[in-house]
Order: sequence, then structure tokens, then C-alpha cells
Amino acid sequence: MSEYLGRARKGVAAAFGFLAGFDYYWRKIGHAFVTLISVTTITFVLFRLMPGNPAQAMRAQFEAQLEGSGQAADPEILDQMVQVHTGFDPSQPIYMQYFEYVRDIVLYQDFGQSIQYGDPVFDILFRAMPWSVFISVYGLALGYSTNILLGAAMAYKEGSRFDGTMTVVATFLNSIPYYVGALLFLAFFAHDLGWFPSGGRYDTSIEAGLNPAFMASIVHHGALPIMSSFIVGFGGGALAMRGNSVRILGADYLRVARLRGIGSVRIATRYVARNAILPLYTQMMIGIAAVFSSSVVLEYIFTYPGVGWYTFDAINMRDYPLLMGSFLFFTIVTLVGILLAEFTYGIVDPRAGSGGENESY
Amino acid sequence: MSPTDESSTDGGVQLSDDQLFGQLADSDSVELSGRERLARILDAYVLAPGRVAWNDWRTRLGILIISLFVLAGTIGPRVIEAPATNQAPTNHPPFVGGFGAITEEGGWIDLAQVSLGGVSLPWLSIEFPLGADNYGSPIGRQLVHATPDMLEMVVAGAIVSVGFATLIGVTAGYKGGRTDSVLMSLTDIVMTMPGLPLVIVIAAIYPPRQAWLVGVILAIDAWPGLARALRSQVLTLRQESYVEASRTMGLPSRTILSRDVIPQLMPYVLINAAQAGRKVIFESVALYFLGVLPFTTANWGIMMDTAYSEAFALVDLGNFYQILWPMSAIVIISFGFILFSQGMDRVFNPRIRARHAKTVGGDDEQPPT
Repeated sequence: MSEYLGRARKGVAAAFGFLAGFDYYWRKIGHAFVTLISVTTITFVLFRLMPGNPAQAMRAQFEAQLEGSGQAADPEILDQMVQVHTGFDPSQPIYMQYFEYVRDIVLYQDFGQSIQYGDPVFDILFRAMPWSVFISVYGLALGYSTNILLGAAMAYKEGSRFDGTMTVVATFLNSIPYYVGALLFLAFFAHDLGWFPSGGRYDTSIEAGLNPAFMASIVHHGALPIMSSFIVGFGGGALAMRGNSVRILGADYLRVARLRGIGSVRIATRYVARNAILPLYTQMMIGIAAVFSSSVVLEYIFTYPGVGWYTFDAINMRDYPLLMGSFLFFTIVTLVGILLAEFTYGIVDPRAGSGGENESY
Repeated sequence: MSPTDESSTDGGVQLSDDQLFGQLADSDSVELSGRERLARILDAYVLAPGRVAWNDWRTRLGILIISLFVLAGTIGPRVIEAPATNQAPTNHPPFVGGFGAITEEGGWIDLAQVSLGGVSLPWLSIEFPLGADNYGSPIGRQLVHATPDMLEMVVAGAIVSVGFATLIGVTAGYKGGRTDSVLMSLTDIVMTMPGLPLVIVIAAIYPPRQAWLVGVILAIDAWPGLARALRSQVLTLRQESYVEASRTMGLPSRTILSRDVIPQLMPYVLINAAQAGRKVIFESVALYFLGVLPFTTANWGIMMDTAYSEAFALVDLGNFYQILWPMSAIVIISFGFILFSQGMDRVFNPRIRARHAKTVGGDDEQPPT
């Protein structure tokens, strides 16, 4: 009884981690915050401090533009234009620029202004973000569910022909990069067979809204990108799950559980599945970063205007504010995903909160 | 281990002591030259696990595939002519004439004569077997001539990421305490950064022009996972009695790490070097395919990009072979890397080995010596 109470309390604490004041959750939030600040610093350094940096390049570009239109290039006006686009004033000292840059991003969500679109970067990316999250989350979820089911099945039938074949198949699938999968899907399912559209987020001829036809078209357009990002999530996870399950199936406590007469369903879910999933869960935190990273390539291949597509667009157009902004966006989305995973990990693994301090040599 | 002249203090029979340790001491007291030492280390940590791994078909196939690519990367460019535009008809299809071409004149393969030292020998002349691209540049030659740069990139990326991961992971795991938490926070921060966008941002501002530099930039993304894994390995190793003994003897941490800890991790590091190599290939090809990196080095990704955006290989399936060959090269080399690392995993990972031994029957598995 007390065990269940403790678990319930832990669950509440996980949901309201920041209120409950658990050290573990605070530390994780602190980590996320430090990561955000470091990434912001990196973009700032790349942006402003390095020789030949984009801020200088942009300034030269504006100068050329102004001179082209017959206006005198006033350095003050140039500085102002750079400030509008990047969010910092080149005439101020470096530390003030840095401070303003970080403050704008963290407090006001001001990522600067896109050169080619003329809109604030935040607005462009914020509109694009749900689409990227949609693709990535479904891909990841599908990939990991398949990993768990397939790995468990392989471990259950260990040594059988099914196990042997699936191991080879999983290994081979693992060596196919997601973009190769995406290109194959695009060539055969979209261009050759015509089952799926070859690009876009939804059918523009259908009225947008909560009508079934529109939602169906979103799923229809999203199917191939999701299939491809499924490859990212799939990875070597099935083999890892198989290994974990095999190890646990041979463990002593499982034998004891059987001797105690515990039902096989309970053993399968509580004893085997839970312990075997734990390592996969930590692996998933790396997987989240990987799956969001992959969307740059996938959205380019499927012409799917999410954050990744804008990243690619920004590189081609040398739109540095948009490029930096999309990198920050990817970081934030990844951080939120990882924080969610970490918080729920506290529920799955009761040991997580009490991180063992080891002796220092 | 060296024999001492002191009498035993526990009142035991002195003779037995000599009998026990005499022989051992003799063989042990022989001064080893540097070369012999190296040979022994090589035998214990490289050859012996290698022999065990070789018993597994995976490792054999993996090593075979990797060596094929290494051959293609070292000897290939010397043997095979460099590709250039208009060497072949544009969009020349692969395997013209099919199997019939072996017996008939024309097609992709023909019997020919080659004179070697005045003696004329029958020889096979192969004409653009994999076809040619949009510009009439033969694909087979392009594939081979891109391999050296790819290998350079893989090696650089693998060395940097694995070296960095070992440094961080082993130090954090062994030192523990504050060092550990600082280093692991750093690792976590890099791990949670989305790797590909970071690399893209860096590459967009400072385009790397050499293959090895591309590898090094891609390594930024590859080390954190391995550093964490190595740390947890070291956390168990540091409790081992021989490490404890070295510490009690007052050896500096540097010596303990390099003599006692790191050699134990070698197979694991090797596995992950293969994985890192695979990752470098995946990501570099993706970046070249996107056109983010400058086309100053040869890469399969550039071939894919040409096929995709200029020959429209996906829309016009008649040109699909142009994108298929570079993709196959990527899949095959990464399959080789994965097989190799899985085979090595058998050597290293007692979890898999123990269970494996159990299904074969009992604990009579030979120790890897």
C-alpha cells in the first residue's frame, strides 16, 4: 500500500516537478536552461564574433543594396538595418550585444527578422513548427513501438528461425539511412505508383479547418515523411530490446517470480517489459535529438514546409537570421521533448530521483 | 610477484613457496623489450579478441566489406580511370545488353586481348557497367574515385569522436565527484543539441574544404553518446581490485587510466569507432545531398544530388539507377560497419555471450586467449 502511495506521489511530483521542488527535476530543468543559454551563445559567437561573420556579410550586402538604389550608405543606417534583422546593434560593445541578444531570445522570443521574407523569424518558424513536430513525434512513436514489440517477440522466440531472420532483417534495415528510405518511398509510392503526394503539407484545394477531408489530406501528405522518420526511430532499437529482454528472461528474480506463482501476464508486463524498456527510454532521449535533426533532410526531400525546410531555404538564400533562428528552434523543441521524457522517466524508473553519488578520487 | 629473500611470516613451509612461485618468477623476471611488450599487448587486446570475433560470420562479412571499400579507396583510383564528363553517352544505362553481352559483341562486357610481356592473354573489357550520369560521366568511376575522400572523412571523424569521447568519458567515470558532474553536464548539453542543424550552421558559415575537416566537424555530433557509455563502463571498472591495488600503491591517475582502465575498454571503443564511422558517412552524404557543403571533395552525396536535382532520377525512373548506385554504396558500407561492430560486441559484451553459451550448453566456453 505504502509503495503505491509513494508511486502516486512520485507521479504527481513528476507532473508538477517544478512545484514539488524535487532535486532531480530541478536539475533537469537547470540543464535544459544551461543548454539553451549555451546554444544561444554559440549562435551569437558564430554570428557576431568570428571573422567573416554573417553580421559583417549582411552589412556589406545592405551597403551594396543601398548603393544600388542610388542612396548614400550611411554607417548608422546600416547598423540600424543589421539590428532590425539580427536583434543587436553592431555599434555597441560586445557584452551589451550579447546581453541584448540573449535577453531578446529568452524573454521576448525575438529571433530577429528574416531577410528574404521580411517577417519576424519567430513567426515564420512558429507557424512551421507544429508540422515538424507532427512528423517527428509520430515517426519516433511508431519507431519505438515497433522496436519494443519486435524486440520482445524476438527475445520470446530466441534461437528460432524467426529470431534469426528478424535479426538479419533488423540489422540490414539499420544500415539504410533514413533519406535513402525517403528517396525510395518518394520514387515508388509517390512518383511511380502515385499513391501519395510528392510534396506539400496538405491539399490546398480543400478548405482548411476541422473538416474530415482536410484532416485526411494532412495524414495523406504526412504519411511518407512519417514513414521515413520511422526509420530514424527504428534504428538498432529492436536489437537492443531483444538483448535486454533476453538478459532479463534469464535473471534469477524472474525465476523466483514464477516460483511464487505470479501470473504470466503480470510477469511479462511488470517484470520483463518494464525492465527491458528502461535502457530504451534513455536511448530515446538521444533519439529525440536525432529525429528532429533528420527533419532538415526529410522536409527538403518531401518539400514539406516545416522548420527543417526553412533551415534548408535559409542556407540557400543566405538568410542568416532565419538559419540561426531555426537552429535555436530545433534546440528548444528538442529540449522540451527531452524534458518531457526525463520527467516521465522518473515515473517509469523509481531509482532516477536518487542519483547515486560516487566517491571522488 | 618478484621473489623475496624474506622468510615467510605465516610459518608455512618455505620450500612450497619456491615451488609455487619459482617458475612463475623466472618467466616473469625476464626483461621485456619494448617490441615484445607491444607484441604482447597486441596479442592480448587485439589479436585474441580478433580471433574470437573471426569465428562469427558477421565479423568476417563486415571485415570483408570494409576491406573491399578500403581497397577501392587505396588501389582503386590508381587502377581505374578518373571520371570526366562526356566519357560515355549521357544517361548511358547500366549493364547494356544484360547477360547476353558476355558472349556477344558490344554491351557492357566483352572478351578482349591484353598483351602482358609480349604474351597475349584473354581479358574482359568492361565498358561503363554501372552506366553514366546526366553529363556522361561514368558512375562506376565516380563511385571509386569518391571513396578515398569518404574514407579520409570516416577515419578523421571516427578518430576525433572516439578519442574525445574516451578522454571525457574515462576521466569523468574514473575521477567521479565534481569532475564527473561537470563533464557529464557538458556531455548532456552537447547531446541535447540537435546535431545536424548545428553542423549545418557551422558548415554554412565556414564551409570545410578538406575531407578530413568535414569528418572532424561531423564528430562534434557523434561523441556524447559514446562518452556517456564509456563513463558507465569505467564506473564498474574502477571498483575492480586491480585498479584498487594500483591506487593503493599511489600510482598517478594518468598511469592507472592508461594501463589498467583503457585497455579493458578497447573492444568497446573499437565497436563505437565503427558506429561513428557509419554515422559520419550517413551525415556527410546527407549534407552533400542537401548541397550544404562545398563540392570540393568527391562524395556519394554529390552524385545523389546530381541524380536527384538534374537527372530527376525519382520522377523519371529510367534514370533511377543514377541515384541507386551511390545509395547502394552507402547501405553496403554501413552494413559492413554494423556487422563488424556486432561481431565485436560478441567478444566484449558478456551479456550476449553468457546467454549464448547457455544455449550451446553449460559454461564450458573457452576464455578468449
